[in-house]
Amino acid sequence: MINDWEIVMGLEVHAQLKTESKLFSSSPNQFGSDPNNNVNYIDAGMPGMLPVMNSGCIDKAIKTGFALNFKINPYSVFERKNYFYADLPQGYQISQFEYPILTEGFVEIESENSLKKIRLERAHLEQDAGKSIHDIDPKYSFIDLNRVGTPLLEIVSYPDFSSADEVINYLTNLRQILMYIDVCDGNMQEGSLRADINLSVKKPNSKLGTRCEIKNMNSFKFIRQAIEYESKRQIEVLESGNKIEQNTLLFDTSTGETRPMRSKEFAHDYRYFPDPDLLPINISQDQIEKAKMKIGELPNQKLTKFIDDLGLEKDIAKIIISEKQYAEFFEGLISTKLIKAKTAASWLVGDIFSFIKDKNIQINEILNKSQKIIELLQLVEKGTISSKVGKDILIEVLEKNKDPGLLVKELGLEQVSDNEELEKIVDESLSGEEENIQKFQSGSDRVLGYFVGKCLKATKGKGNPKIISDLLIKKIKK
Amino acid sequence: MLSIRELKKKLSEKKISVSELFDEFYKKAKDSQLNSFNYLIDPEKNKHLINESQLRYNNKKEELLDGIPLGIKDLFCTKGIPTTASSKILENFIPQYESFVTASLLNDGAIFLGKNNCDEFAMGSSNETSFFGPVINPWKDSNKTNENLVPGGSSGGSASAVAEGICVASIGTDTGGSIRQPASLCGVVGLKPTFGSCSRWGVVAFASSLDQAGPITNSVEDAAFILNSISGYDKNDSTSSDHKRDNYLENIDKKFDNKITVGIPSDYLKDVNSDIAEQIDLAKKHLAKLNINVIDVEFTTTEYALSTYYILAPAEASSNLARYDGIRYGYRAQGETLDDIYINTRTEGFGEEVTRRILIGTYVLSAGYYDAYYRKAQKVRRLIKEDFQRIYRDVDFILTPTAPNEAFKVGEKLDPITMYMNDIFTVPTSLAGLPAISIPSGLSKNNLPLGIQLIGNYFQEQSLIQLASLLEKELKFND
Repeated sequence: MINDWEIVMGLEVHAQLKTESKLFSSSPNQFGSDPNNNVNYIDAGMPGMLPVMNSGCIDKAIKTGFALNFKINPYSVFERKNYFYADLPQGYQISQFEYPILTEGFVEIESENSLKKIRLERAHLEQDAGKSIHDIDPKYSFIDLNRVGTPLLEIVSYPDFSSADEVINYLTNLRQILMYIDVCDGNMQEGSLRADINLSVKKPNSKLGTRCEIKNMNSFKFIRQAIEYESKRQIEVLESGNKIEQNTLLFDTSTGETRPMRSKEFAHDYRYFPDPDLLPINISQDQIEKAKMKIGELPNQKLTKFIDDLGLEKDIAKIIISEKQYAEFFEGLISTKLIKAKTAASWLVGDIFSFIKDKNIQINEILNKSQKIIELLQLVEKGTISSKVGKDILIEVLEKNKDPGLLVKELGLEQVSDNEELEKIVDESLSGEEENIQKFQSGSDRVLGYFVGKCLKATKGKGNPKIISDLLIKKIKK
Repeated sequence: MLSIRELKKKLSEKKISVSELFDEFYKKAKDSQLNSFNYLIDPEKNKHLINESQLRYNNKKEELLDGIPLGIKDLFCTKGIPTTASSKILENFIPQYESFVTASLLNDGAIFLGKNNCDEFAMGSSNETSFFGPVINPWKDSNKTNENLVPGGSSGGSASAVAEGICVASIGTDTGGSIRQPASLCGVVGLKPTFGSCSRWGVVAFASSLDQAGPITNSVEDAAFILNSISGYDKNDSTSSDHKRDNYLENIDKKFDNKITVGIPSDYLKDVNSDIAEQIDLAKKHLAKLNINVIDVEFTTTEYALSTYYILAPAEASSNLARYDGIRYGYRAQGETLDDIYINTRTEGFGEEVTRRILIGTYVLSAGYYDAYYRKAQKVRRLIKEDFQRIYRDVDFILTPTAPNEAFKVGEKLDPITMYMNDIFTVPTSLAGLPAISIPSGLSKNNLPLGIQLIGNYFQEQSLIQLASLLEKELKFND
């Protein structure tokens, strides 16, 4: 809220469905191919070509329906949205209009430490358009039709957002959910998840203001910037006594400003009508049940499980569920029941994450080292090595795929747990420290830490800190 | 005119070779003055097909249509062969794929002579909207033999070519009567199968919910031959039906086992001229001879059919033709901006009738008009379907005239509404998606051919063909 103004936002999210082929043609649905390589006669809008629905997309929509608490409509219709553009070969986009596949759902997000329900109006299937490239040549535009016909699920919310944080929390949740149920790869950089933000401002208790739509946002950073810029702009316009003009905007990432699109790019009467080349989609209860079985665990279900059943701390659990592959990696580590869930979790979000971050790799790339990580953590849990030593050799294990047990033996890194040997070291550490001993006896716990540190140093890190600490307490209390 | 069965017999008995038969037709087609072909395929290109066909005859392994020279309406995409839809906008278009229907024909041994002229994008009832000029009907008014008559449309080239005898049969398409009406005006047989029988894959689309391929032939039997080839389920056409196809030749010479009833809609005959009324009376008489029950029936929706059709068909066409934008293929006019390219390309590339229908279609789908036109027309279409089913509770087939008039003079009917009226008897069937066949029944006072239309219920092509064949033998038009 700025100067008593409220921001009201609704989102239209386009999620690219993770499928082998396109929504209505057999061309591959993949990112990054050479321009105009994933294009067949249907995609290119050749005469006499007909769309054939990819039924896999229906299953993905049904799964999304369950995950986002939507009503899954047994009857829905593909319609043609008619407009001319060079990257739209058919001269129309096949979408859904009057009868979408999903209606009335919701997603829960965190907002100021409580849960807020974001209501979803509808979600519908549609094909993506191609790409127009205007900045290669001063005179010509270039067209890449690879993206033509890519299946999209457009998820439309009610105007339930009041801050950039809420928008980002929602998109984070949505992205997680869609990735968990294998509907979308969630790759925002490649445009697999894009959002149009409808934004208006109003005074409390007044009716909704005129909105502007910021198109095609695919980065959290820019979404935050765009919301901040656009809400400020609208407030300034209104405060200076002017009116907001309803408009479609682009966010210019170089200036951090929003600006209107050319009017021709959006001023259309789309003349929707049912596509006579396609039959209505009829979804049977059987199909719904089958898709439901394939959903698996949703991120919030995992979160609850990790916290309540495995006793993880909320913050750590949240990091682990934030990406499906993290959660799966974690579950792989603890599935053997050889190590404690808490140990696995703190090592995963700590040293293992820093390792993959340093190396700029995906967690899946070290999946084959899970067994060795488990062995390493067992050594730590059993007290064979200290966690400090564990951290050092983790890098060796991950980088060089070395066997942790052998490595510990080779380098003589076993923890010293021999009481006699440690007792000697403890005694040595206490000599000449009468003043500190007294401090401890009068109640200062910090001194214990000082002595443990001193002993560890003497063992070159190999001493078992638990035993050292126990010995120290025994001795000082005497 | 020899039938497909007779030609196949001659070929298998070696009375003529495939090559000789082809050359005979090719020469006639080349010499024809009626403009019924947009494009004749270079015989060299067909040589291997002719040789392969001959080989199959030599080995007694001939296929359904082996060696039979056919014309193909220039609306079917034919691989490596120009496909123009008789439009400037596709003047130089050569598809790299073969339509399902033409692929089926090739698979059954047929050999294509070329591409038949038609109305531009199949929009027209006289074949005068073609970019390549009008087609001439081989028939002449006995009183005005110097006048050129239209063959009807939109499959006018197909009907004219079959009537002239320059191809054995031709494959047309029918959206609102485009097979049946020209068949009637040219004195040949035209069959529009049930919507969903023949795949639309690879057919340049006019109105997707109505378009249907079908044969134009000299006889009902020939139509059955062709239908056996082209009717089939195609997974690439979502509106293709996967019902089991009958052998349409099976019952062709048989009488009906049970008593059947034919209904004649009295509302169709209210304003017809005496020539047309005579044809129905004649048909009635022959049906009685065949011991077929004839009763009067009456539709309640007939008067709405034409306006319903001229809302729905242009609406779909306006969208189907959006892809012809000059960007990826076909004719392109220059322009400063993208919009200029679109406007110039489409203004220069489309003819007047196509432009008119795109405008009508765009209008009826526009915000504020959709409910009043498009949505209402869809509702009426449903009523028309129901109306037919109500009639079919009492009858097995329906008999109507095919067209309200005989062939007219080239250039005579310039007013679009008068032209649209030519489809008045064929359009209701199209809206309902029912199968219908036009067979020649007799001659008008001016000695021009007239046809009658027999309409069956969904996927009843086998019995429809059986009835048409029985009646054809009674009418003896070809004798």
